[in-house]
Parts: sequence; structure tokens; C-alpha cells
Amino acid sequence: MHPAYSVILFTTASGAGYGLLFWLSLAHVIGVLPLAGWQFLVAICSALALITLGLLSSTFHLGRPERAWRAFSQWRSSWLSREGVAAVATYLPAGLLTLLSLFGVSGWLSLPLALLSALGAVATVWCTGMIYTSLKTIRQWHHPLVPWIYLALAASSGALLLCLLIAFAGGTARGAATLALLALIGAGGLKWLYWRRIDAETGRFSADMAIGIPGVQRQLDPPHTRPNYVMREMGYQVARKHARDLRRMVLTWGFAVPGLLLAFVAVTGGLAPVLAPIAVMSAGAGLVVERWLFFAEAEHVAMLYYGAERA
Amino acid sequence: MTTLPTRTDKKLGLVIDLDICVGCHACVTSCKEWNTGGYSAPLTDYDPYGADPDGAWLNRVHTYEIANDHFTGTVHFPRSCLHCEDAACVTVCPTGASYKRAEDGIVLVNPDTCIGCKLCSWACPYGAREYDHDQGVMKKCTLCVDRIYNETLPEEDRTPACVRACPTGARAFGDLGDPDSTVSQSVNDRGGFDLMAEMGYKPVNKYLPPRKGTDRAPVTNVAPAPEQTGSPIEKLFAWADRALSR
Repeated sequence: MHPAYSVILFTTASGAGYGLLFWLSLAHVIGVLPLAGWQFLVAICSALALITLGLLSSTFHLGRPERAWRAFSQWRSSWLSREGVAAVATYLPAGLLTLLSLFGVSGWLSLPLALLSALGAVATVWCTGMIYTSLKTIRQWHHPLVPWIYLALAASSGALLLCLLIAFAGGTARGAATLALLALIGAGGLKWLYWRRIDAETGRFSADMAIGIPGVQRQLDPPHTRPNYVMREMGYQVARKHARDLRRMVLTWGFAVPGLLLAFVAVTGGLAPVLAPIAVMSAGAGLVVERWLFFAEAEHVAMLYYGAERA
Repeated sequence: MTTLPTRTDKKLGLVIDLDICVGCHACVTSCKEWNTGGYSAPLTDYDPYGADPDGAWLNRVHTYEIANDHFTGTVHFPRSCLHCEDAACVTVCPTGASYKRAEDGIVLVNPDTCIGCKLCSWACPYGAREYDHDQGVMKKCTLCVDRIYNETLPEEDRTPACVRACPTGARAFGDLGDPDSTVSQSVNDRGGFDLMAEMGYKPVNKYLPPRKGTDRAPVTNVAPAPEQTGSPIEKLFAWADRALSR
């Protein structure tokens, strides 16, 4: 599948934003958040800014962005529509929570709002994952691990940002670093398992099934001389050798480097304001490559008509 | 509404006979010609006379080499929307622009409400939908919905443009929900099949398989070749023949 940069930016940025919103809200509910007052305000605003940046960038993927509002209507059947509804619905409690902290109002109301924000963040990221998982046409996406990986990566990138914010606010970042480390280990493990699974299985569908006649040898004549939309969108391929190198990059920059830095912060509690930004940048780069690969490695069954043997 | 109708009154669709399709692409060009002025007009082409021509087309003809114990040879394979009963392209649509008509089962895109998210094309296993970059909306086969009910056309033209154009009669249009219709009968008689039935989207369009070549090939008596003696003079002539025909 063609990796569209707008979708990569959308899923990584808003994923991290929802992750941060989730941890902020949860820590707020439990009452263990070391950020208070304007620090909390800055943190929740950064989460909402990342979410908004992602959602705005997702509209660049649309042919008719001015009609994007129509996408809220089909939540009964469409995961994309559900994602839109969940995203907008999450703005309500999260926005109110932001307003409360802006005016310095603290009261019982912030607890249900924080709970709803956390719930909305999980729901939205889950819907994002399900958009891909629900597509039976792409075996690398139609996989039960996919929505869990989306959740785990959002949780770990959000926890990493929380650690960074706490470090910059001068708080002790040991707790957040431990949380981010655990989330990173979980996400890395899931991603590794996912790669092993998709490598182990060959596609269920063959050219014989696509054309309906057994014994398809090859395509003698393509229908058109130059690639069309289907080939450009669905036929994007990354060489296996490059995919291996890129996976190694994801494991190194996305998980190993930030993991080691977080472990140092979690154990010693020192150097957090220096190490956290490095960890965030490294994990961000790893995450973007991960998302790019998620698209580039996905094989669509329509390519069976254009010479693919299995998909 | 992108939830699918529980049942449709008719199942209008095509039956494509792979035995007699000659791969002339007349269905492709007539489809383009009609539809670039029809329901989903325009079907944009980009750089049509340049080095990298591309564009939105609703019908494509592939040619494959097939070898099985029943048939060996070339098969021309027209590919367009199959108007599936369980159409995933419809249920994934976030706006309701992609829909299946309850009255006749035709799957359409409303070009006025499509946001061009391309998700329907990802959900289609048949690669039947093509995005129009210029218009920013998805395009697909309409089963010539603007021809088949069009009373301003002569009656013989009230059939999809591809069917009308086919010079060999390899394409037939009709109600596949009616077991007595001509198309349903031919599917029964000839062992018509679904594409990628394992996907479970229950395509309405059916394909008829190529017949076994030997079923119709005339029996010819080939005179046996004269026996070779292997004499030097024969070898000389054979060499001269090869050398001269080079």
C-alpha cells in the first residue's frame, strides 16, 4: 500500500496526543500527577495540539476536505466514521478539563471529565486501528494484533511525552519514565510478534482465485501501458532487504534507544531534562518509520490481477 | 446510508464469457466514452497524450496465460465492479456516498457527497474502483444506470455501454436474482463462477469459464511424415535447407 505522508503524520501525532491525554487524565483521576496548575494546562494543551495537528493533516489525505464533516454520519457501519465521531467526542471532556485548569477551578467535576477523556482517547485510537484491521483485502492489516499495536504505540509515545513534560517542569520523572519504559517494552514486544506472524504466513489468496480459473501462469498483457490508480495505491512495494533494515531501525530508534534512556532515568532519576528529549526524538523517528513500513509492507489482493502470485 | 440493504428486489449484473472474449477492449473504450459524459462525469485523464498517461477508467481488460488439464491458452479477462451483495466498499464508507440500491442492487458512489478518502478502494478486493485525482472523488462502474432505465434511448440501447459494444457477445446484462433470466440460465448451463469467492463478498457479476479446446476442435488426419533413411545425400539436402532458410 502506498504510504501517504498525511496519514503517517496523522496516526503518529494524534496517537501520541491521545496517549498523552490518556495518561494525564488517568494520573489526574488517581491523583498522582506531579504536574499542577499551569504545568497541567501546558501538558493537556500539548496533547490537544498534537491531536489537532494529526486530525488536520488527515484531511489533506482527502480529495474533498471541505466535505469532511459528512464523515460523522456512518458510525453504524464504518470504522473511519466511528473514529471521526470518537475524535470529536473526546474534544468535549478534554476541552472542558482544559478550561477548568485554565481558570484554576478544581472540583469534583474534573474527575468524570478526566475519565471520559481517557476513555475517548482509547476509543479513538482503537477505531484508528480497526479501520485497518477491518480490511480483509490486506492480510498484513487484517490481523488481530493491529489495533492493540496502535493502542500500545499511542500509550508508549504518550507516556514518553509525559515523562518529557514532567522533566521540563522540574518534577521527578522516575515514575513516568518507568511507565513509559513498560509501555515501550509492551509495544515493542507486540510489534516484534506481529512481524513474526506476518512473515510466517503466506497469503490466503492466489491469482487462480482472483481470476477464477486454475493454472494462471502469468499476465501476458496488462490492461494499460502505464501504472493506474490501483497499481500506484495498492501496488506500492518495499524490497524485502530494505524492509529488514527499516525494521531494525524501528527496533533501534523506536524502542532500544529510548528504552535504555528511560531505564537510566527510571533507575537513577537523574539527567531527565537532557535524556527525555533525546528519547522523544529517537522514538518519534522510530515511530514514523514504523508507520511508513506498516503501509509499505501491506500487500493488497487486487495486485493478484497485476501479476502477484499470492496476497 | 452505508449499511447494506438486507435484500434487493433485483440483482442486476453482468455475465462475462471468458470463452469468447477476444480482448479487443471495445467494452473498455465504450465504457469510458459513455461514462465520461454520464452519471460520474467527467472521467478524468491525466497527461493522456504524454509519456505517462493515466486516468480513471471503470473497466479494464487483462490477458493471462492459463494452463490446466482442462484448458491451455490465452484468456482475456475484463475486470470491473462486480456489484457485490456483501459489498465492503459500501460499509467502510464514512459519509454514505458509497451505497447499494435496494431496488436493483447496483453499487454507486454519489459524486456530490464523496470526500475522496479512498477507503472503499482499499476495501475492494477486485481493484474495481479508481480515484479521480482531478475531481477528488472515487469513480466506479455504475452498470450504466443512466442508460438501462433511460426511456429517451432506443430500447436496444438500454443496456450497459460495454454490453452494447461487445462485438462477440461475450458480455450479457440481466437480473441474476431471477433464476429464469437468460443470464442466470447461462450461468447454470456453463458453470459460471464468482471471482475470489473465498473473500465472501458474494459478487453479483459472474464469469463463464473457457471451454475445453478439444471439445470443438475439428479432427484432422495428418499424413505421416516419410521415413528418413539417414543417407548422406539426405543430410546434405537437410543442411542446404537449413542454411538457405536462415
